[in-house]
Amino acid sequence: MTTALFAVAGAVALFASILVVTSRRIVHAALWLVVALGAVAGCFGALHAELVALVQILVYVGAIVVLVLFALMLTKAPTNPLPALTTRRSPFAAVVAGVLAILLGTGVVIAFGNEKIGPVPDGSAEAVGTAVFRTWVLPFEVLSVLLLAALIGAIVLSQRAPKKED
Amino acid sequence: MPLVLPLLLAVALFCLGVYGVLARRNAITMLMSFELMLNAVNLNLIAFDAWRLDGLATGQTLAIFVITLAAAEIGLGLAIVLLLFRGHGHVDADAARDLLETADTAKEIDR
Repeated sequence: MTTALFAVAGAVALFASILVVTSRRIVHAALWLVVALGAVAGCFGALHAELVALVQILVYVGAIVVLVLFALMLTKAPTNPLPALTTRRSPFAAVVAGVLAILLGTGVVIAFGNEKIGPVPDGSAEAVGTAVFRTWVLPFEVLSVLLLAALIGAIVLSQRAPKKED
Repeated sequence: MPLVLPLLLAVALFCLGVYGVLARRNAITMLMSFELMLNAVNLNLIAFDAWRLDGLATGQTLAIFVITLAAAEIGLGLAIVLLLFRGHGHVDADAARDLLETADTAKEIDR
């Protein structure tokens, strides 16, 4: 059952991701990103990581994609299809990505081809919460400092430069 | 569920992200491809967590940390993209050549 659910969500994620990187309309690519990230959240759910699935929907779909859409709006991104959105080097990029996929894929199949994910206990939120605030509390605090640094950095970057006084 | 199923999906998502970063011209679409790659990493973490079940939920915790990092990264990245747009009037990553090092500029730096 979970395998079928995972396969469906994974197929949707794959299809949407292909459209994210190939769509000729920027806004459509951003909206397909919503579908891709939501489908990956479904994959997390099928692997019994409900908390991560909810955080994924909350942070990625709720915040990051909205930020991307705002940036598209602020940079006056055209809504009509742009053939020049992909560079002339895209066949080479496809070759690089394909070779990487073959290498990683064969490596993964050779290393983990016979392994199976057993039945996972339901309800992982409590375990994750305990882990975050007990085992991983120092990285958690460091991460909050990093978020603060990113916040200050974004504010400083987006400030208009003050006029020079002669 | 075979473990290779999520791992192969992660490989596919990661390589699509690599293709997007290399082939896209618009800086915002490149950032979107970065998000795809980070999602592939998260999928790996969750899959290995479900496989190992170490009792500490290490994979899921790290996945949440990676999601936080992605939020910080996209915030700073979009700030830089907006700065580029304000200075140049476009967000074309190929045409942003302010830091380009040619033979002449390299000589100047050497001197």
